[in-house]
Amino acid sequence: MISSSLNSLNYSFIDKLKSVDYFLILIVLLIGAISVFSIYSTENGEFSFYTKNHLIRLVAFFSLFLVLSFVRVSTWYKHAYIFYLLALFLLILVIFFGISASGSKRWINLFVFNLQPSELMKIAVIVCFARYYHRIQSADIESYKYLIQPFILILIPCYLVITQPDLGTAILIAGSGIAIIWLAGLNIKYFIYSGLMVIVSLPFIISILKPYQKSRILTFFNPERDPLGAGYQIIQSKIAIGSGGMYGKGFLQGTQSYLEFLPEKHTDFIFTLFSEEFGFLGSILLIFLYVLLIYRIIKIGFSCRSFFAKLYCFGFSSALFLYVFVNIAMVVGLLPIVGAPLPIMSYGGSSMLSIMIGLSIVMSCKIYSHEIVSK
Amino acid sequence: MIKRISNLDKNKTINRRLFILGSAKVGLLGLITARLYNLQISEKKKYETLSDKNRFREWKTPPKRGVITDFYNNIIADNKRVYQVYLSLDETKNFNNSIFKLKNIIGLSDAELSNIYKKKQKIKPWDTIMVSENLSWEKFSKLNLYLHEIEGAKPVLSTSRYYPYSNDLVHIIGYVGDASADDITKNKKIEENFVPGLKVGKIGIENSTDQILIGNYGIKRYEVNSSGKKIREISYKKETQGENLRTTIDIEVQRLAQKLLDNKAGSICAMDIYNGEIIALASSPTYDPNKFTYGINKKDWHEIKNNKLRPLINKSIAGLYSPGSTIKPLVALAALEYGIINPDLKIKCKGHDHPYELYGQKYHCWKKEGHGIMSLRNAIKQSCDTYFYEVARLLGVDKLSIIAKRYGLGTKVLENIFPEEKKGLVPSTKWKKQVLEQSWYLGETVITGIGQGYIQTTPLQLCLMTAQLANGGFKIKPNIIYNSNFNYEEILSKIQSEKNKPIEENILQDRNINLYEKLYKNPKNIKIVLDAMYGSTNEKFGTSFGSRHKDKKYRYAGKTGTSQVRRITEKDRELDLDTSEIEYKNRDHALFVAFAPYDKPKYAISVLVEHGGSGSKAAAPLAKMLIKKIIDRDKEREIKREELKII
Repeated sequence: MISSSLNSLNYSFIDKLKSVDYFLILIVLLIGAISVFSIYSTENGEFSFYTKNHLIRLVAFFSLFLVLSFVRVSTWYKHAYIFYLLALFLLILVIFFGISASGSKRWINLFVFNLQPSELMKIAVIVCFARYYHRIQSADIESYKYLIQPFILILIPCYLVITQPDLGTAILIAGSGIAIIWLAGLNIKYFIYSGLMVIVSLPFIISILKPYQKSRILTFFNPERDPLGAGYQIIQSKIAIGSGGMYGKGFLQGTQSYLEFLPEKHTDFIFTLFSEEFGFLGSILLIFLYVLLIYRIIKIGFSCRSFFAKLYCFGFSSALFLYVFVNIAMVVGLLPIVGAPLPIMSYGGSSMLSIMIGLSIVMSCKIYSHEIVSK
Repeated sequence: MIKRISNLDKNKTINRRLFILGSAKVGLLGLITARLYNLQISEKKKYETLSDKNRFREWKTPPKRGVITDFYNNIIADNKRVYQVYLSLDETKNFNNSIFKLKNIIGLSDAELSNIYKKKQKIKPWDTIMVSENLSWEKFSKLNLYLHEIEGAKPVLSTSRYYPYSNDLVHIIGYVGDASADDITKNKKIEENFVPGLKVGKIGIENSTDQILIGNYGIKRYEVNSSGKKIREISYKKETQGENLRTTIDIEVQRLAQKLLDNKAGSICAMDIYNGEIIALASSPTYDPNKFTYGINKKDWHEIKNNKLRPLINKSIAGLYSPGSTIKPLVALAALEYGIINPDLKIKCKGHDHPYELYGQKYHCWKKEGHGIMSLRNAIKQSCDTYFYEVARLLGVDKLSIIAKRYGLGTKVLENIFPEEKKGLVPSTKWKKQVLEQSWYLGETVITGIGQGYIQTTPLQLCLMTAQLANGGFKIKPNIIYNSNFNYEEILSKIQSEKNKPIEENILQDRNINLYEKLYKNPKNIKIVLDAMYGSTNEKFGTSFGSRHKDKKYRYAGKTGTSQVRRITEKDRELDLDTSEIEYKNRDHALFVAFAPYDKPKYAISVLVEHGGSGSKAAAPLAKMLIKKIIDRDKEREIKREELKII
């Protein structure tokens, strides 16, 4: 499949290479490099398990990103629903064959590494929706038929992910989906109505939350209510970030992480560690890199001819923004701790894989920007 | 074509929607930036402090206590090196296992074991627990041999209080123990320097001078990780030892005094009659203060507590006794000073057949066959009760009370050092009216004249009384903690100049008298009394003649006393039993006061033997031996005093 795409008639290989967005690659590499150093720091400056794994994954998935970039965007278009169904199938598979860790069942053992299908779903839902709205006329969007379908397409994976339980990823999946529906041009009133509905049903939602999720939300409003329990993570995270100051404590000098006060420092709280060691300036710089990445993706989106590619790029950029925002807002105490990784930076193979796949589709949109995906 | 328009339309929509989304993103990014600014720049200080609080933990190290010495630098309360073992919980994976191994190696009792488990409940999981406070060297070295097998065990070299003269000084120095909640709230110095393991004075000088003896604790700052494990030492402010303390005690005299009281209950006090330095302050029976350092065991404690001879009471200052005949010099002095009698007053003592009578009440002299015709000097010398019944009657209790208080009875002598010190009681008509709400009977005056009845004194008060008579009648301040400000020559010259000052009119009234001022109206009266005391010890028929020193160097003057512990009945008088034949608790207390050397008085002593019988037989012989020792040591004391002056 890949080879056939690469040997497209319309594009010579040189043309393809020329149209690769090297700036995007540079940004990805920069963030990747920062992530390796950060993971290295979580291990107190020892090149061991986590750093090694992270580096291997980064290299492997980055290569995958480069290779997949040459898959025609039309191929993605054609197989969008299959991609979605595959992710959904894997999610269902988790229910039966999943591996549990710390109270939740999220992974499938692939021998090489443990795959987290919910991460894949984050991308699948964007691809699927991009295709879905590609074909619908503006006038039809508001018809009930076309309203119900995406609703169900979001609801099923979200339900599956919530029951794992993994509220964070479910929110990100839903968020990505909603972002595309928004971009596709659904009337604003629907967003307002559903927003109101969410607020009204909030007490009900809270009542079905797991106790630990409830306590996380309560803790968000007042971390001091349980400083050694539910509030511990956010308190320690704020201490770490705050004590970093303007310039930070220096590379490998983050006392909060080095002395193990910081929990989950290589996954969800990697930004905290980075911020402690490199301070306000470092944090702003890292955020700026993400902004550049997002900007670059949007720019690619503008250059695309097909509505699918455009919608995908804009949707993916929004999703990427959502991931970054939710993660950072979480560790600085602006949002409850829901468990959402920071793209590329956080240790975790599935997250890295899905981001790289997502980026490769963007790159494919760039390379094949003039391609019309459907007849 | 339609599709084209539709696509154009869709593109328009998507661009507009993207723009709105983009604006929202910018807003959210602004929010994050503001938050980061707020955390890292506005509130940096707060979080930096919190971060430091996280990672630094302080361990306070107990200060070494100041050392207490006697006058000659002999250490009487020392710091001994001790071997201890702690268990650091954060380095111990299996607590029970480690404790079990320790138990086998150093041999812990079940009680100690349950104590350790109790302690463990109270402390934090990263703290250390004291397993043994005082290990023998053998066990300690054995422990070090097996150390690698016991997780978390920490052998520690520490210091603890040690009293090298164990029993000889416990009533003076006291002992130390763990600070109680009460100790901490009452003493600011302890509160400020409290560290687990800090020992504080429980009684005696250790207690009253905690302020000086406790040093300042040290602080070890460690960096710790989230589970409290020490990562590295950041800083160590060393603890400072408390100041050393010199007492006025002469350990040799003290030890002799204590030895003289062996197997007896009683007290011996000795002081310098000019600067008031207490040379010995013995109380018997005694006990070993070293037992208290680590908490005394129940058996030993019961033994001490239930001893009928009451070792826990410092009899020199907290034992109250009727002074008996030791008060006679003071009664005589009062009568002379107020001009009630002259020294030539003659009274006939007719013995038990014709006792002194007042309002039909009979008052017997101790001598069955009577003393015959007595003058004042003879009456003191031979301790004639009949004579003093009459003198007391003539004098009246209120005048006696003024003089008795003036010479040191009825007030605390060392109040700041020993909170348990007793005031005693010098009765007066006013006192009886106020306290007992009864009027005074003349018969009570009569028996007060021989130191019986309501009057109660401590042995140290009697010693002070004797000292203030022996120094010629000048007020002094006894002290037990050496104070270089008390310059001996200065005191002597102050007294000399006070001697030459004219005597104030109101001297005999109940008034306050300042340090080193004269207590008398006529110095001749003091001389008369001292001369009579000389007779009592150094002339035939004197009550302490048998205990005299023939060598002029040691010659002293004294007064015996025998204080009744119950009323003597007619039947007792008929039986006339020897002391050894009377039940112990009914035997008289034996007392003796003296000063030496007679020619140039310098020291005063008091001896009390509870239920010892007569003063001349039980108390005076002890005084004889003690005085020899004190005089022998005098030269050395002078040399030491000169030495201290230079320092």
